[in-house]
Amino acid sequence: MTTADIAAGPPPRTRRERPTLTAVITWVAAGCFVAVILGVLASVVVQSFATTWRGGWWPAGLTATWYGRAWSSTGMSQALANTAQAGVAVVVIALLAGVPAGYLLARRAFPGRSVVMLLMLLPIILPPMTYAVQLAALMYRVGLGGSMTAVVLVNLVPTLPLVVLIMVPFVEQISPEVENAARVFGANNLRLFSRVLVPLLLPGMLAAGILVLVRTLGAFELTFFVSAADTQTLVVALFGAISDPGGVPGPLTAAMAVTYMLVAVLGLAVSLRFVTPSQAIRQRHR
Amino acid sequence: MTLTAEPGTPATTAPPRPPQPLRHRLAERGVDWTLLLILPAVLIIGALFVYPFLYGLSISFQPLEGGDPLANYTDFFGDPYLRDSIWKTLRLAVPVAVLSVAAAAPLAFRMRRDFPGRRIVTLVVLLPLTFGSVLIAQGMTQVFSPTGWTNLLLTSLGVPQQQFIYNYTGTFIATTLVSIPFAFVMLMGFFGGIDRSIEDAAATLGASRAARFWRIIMPLAVPGLITAFTLCLVEAFAVFPSAILVGQPDNATHVLTLPIYQAASQRSDYPAAAAIAVVMTVLELVILGVLMLLRNRLYRGPATGGKG
Repeated sequence: MTTADIAAGPPPRTRRERPTLTAVITWVAAGCFVAVILGVLASVVVQSFATTWRGGWWPAGLTATWYGRAWSSTGMSQALANTAQAGVAVVVIALLAGVPAGYLLARRAFPGRSVVMLLMLLPIILPPMTYAVQLAALMYRVGLGGSMTAVVLVNLVPTLPLVVLIMVPFVEQISPEVENAARVFGANNLRLFSRVLVPLLLPGMLAAGILVLVRTLGAFELTFFVSAADTQTLVVALFGAISDPGGVPGPLTAAMAVTYMLVAVLGLAVSLRFVTPSQAIRQRHR
Repeated sequence: MTLTAEPGTPATTAPPRPPQPLRHRLAERGVDWTLLLILPAVLIIGALFVYPFLYGLSISFQPLEGGDPLANYTDFFGDPYLRDSIWKTLRLAVPVAVLSVAAAAPLAFRMRRDFPGRRIVTLVVLLPLTFGSVLIAQGMTQVFSPTGWTNLLLTSLGVPQQQFIYNYTGTFIATTLVSIPFAFVMLMGFFGGIDRSIEDAAATLGASRAARFWRIIMPLAVPGLITAFTLCLVEAFAVFPSAILVGQPDNATHVLTLPIYQAASQRSDYPAAAAIAVVMTVLELVILGVLMLLRNRLYRGPATGGKG
């Protein structure tokens, strides 16, 4: 096939690539966005080292004592442990239940399929605040209120359908003929799954896993209503500190925020270490 | 329902064989044991979403004071302050979702090619999503304050000082900063799934850059764009912490989530909170219906090339 030969060779069109107007606009917009993000994050880091900072380019003096105070006063180690526990548990359960469901919804026609699809879409379309309160009330009624189990369970509600919703288009992009060919060559269900589907779906699964992890780390509303003081995650502890009318000093809150940022960046970096979407896609060209 | 006929059998043990003819007849309609793959997801959502939702619906008709079962709803719609929170939510969420997809799509599209610093850009763009709106709001109170970096920069350029936080703008910025990365991640997945060889084939056949974009990429990408827009709208509708922390929660950013929170957490009036949640749900179902109907009318199929 001629297109195959061309694709296998060095891409000829890179020579005539030149920056277009849309490219310039895109990069300027992206640059502004990145600058705002970095500015917002940098200000939190600077503030956490400030003796006091009421405005202006730079705080009056620098100190590192806020971290010690944050660690000892707000039960942050407990919040750290809770966050890690909830994040891992939610990702594992959501992927285990969500990937097979997404595969079936993309591939198969069966009675009740549209009902299941709707069931998976609703928790995503509906903002967490619409069911967080009722879910929390229910958790307290069945005696799970304030427990780690409840924190994991409530976070599954938006994340599991997210996995399904991401997997469906990924599965749709894989031609069914690939699976048929594997069947013809004698692959059973297990081999079809482990040797054909998992490698092809890996980009989607990793993307879904990252989204679930970051959503669980950053999930505020659901955890906020269901967690107790000893089961709250970092982000809930942070909100408590920011909105505390007693007036937690700004730098102390910032020190907590920086700790939370470090945890989140660590989670993101670990995830990205295993997922390079471009690589996964390039594999298919080989 | 076929699913309710099967849950008694664990997926791991060998299923007892029903009479062959019935099995074949069911298989013709798409019912066989592989359907059990979907059961865990359905059970989790059923127990943790559908049931609490029905529970909330039923208590919304049982006001704390008793009496008229519709009291919670008439209270909400009879109070112009509460009623207007619907418009305040829409006025915030729709522009945020449009801007997010419009800003994220071109960048996500460029991400299909490798370039120096690609991973750094990806990482930075993903940061707000990882940190969430609470942390963004924390940083914004410093950067966008009247004497913060943004205003210092603007005044040094000769632009008068602006009020960026504790108003509509503050919540808008905070929500958009989190929403753009959300759209970006999804769109990167969708665009990445479009095989480059399709575009290459079109180029080989003489299609110009514009033709390749409008005739090849866009039709394949539109379902992804619609899905991304829908999910961004969800996120923006869920705006809650940033409406309090950098918004004007009693006026300009009195969004639908605030009366829910106030009823539940401050007055412990779960029935009233549930009633407002039901109102919110109905609005969302309308949006969901329209957008998903639109998506299902579009092309769906393999976007990979002939080589597989």
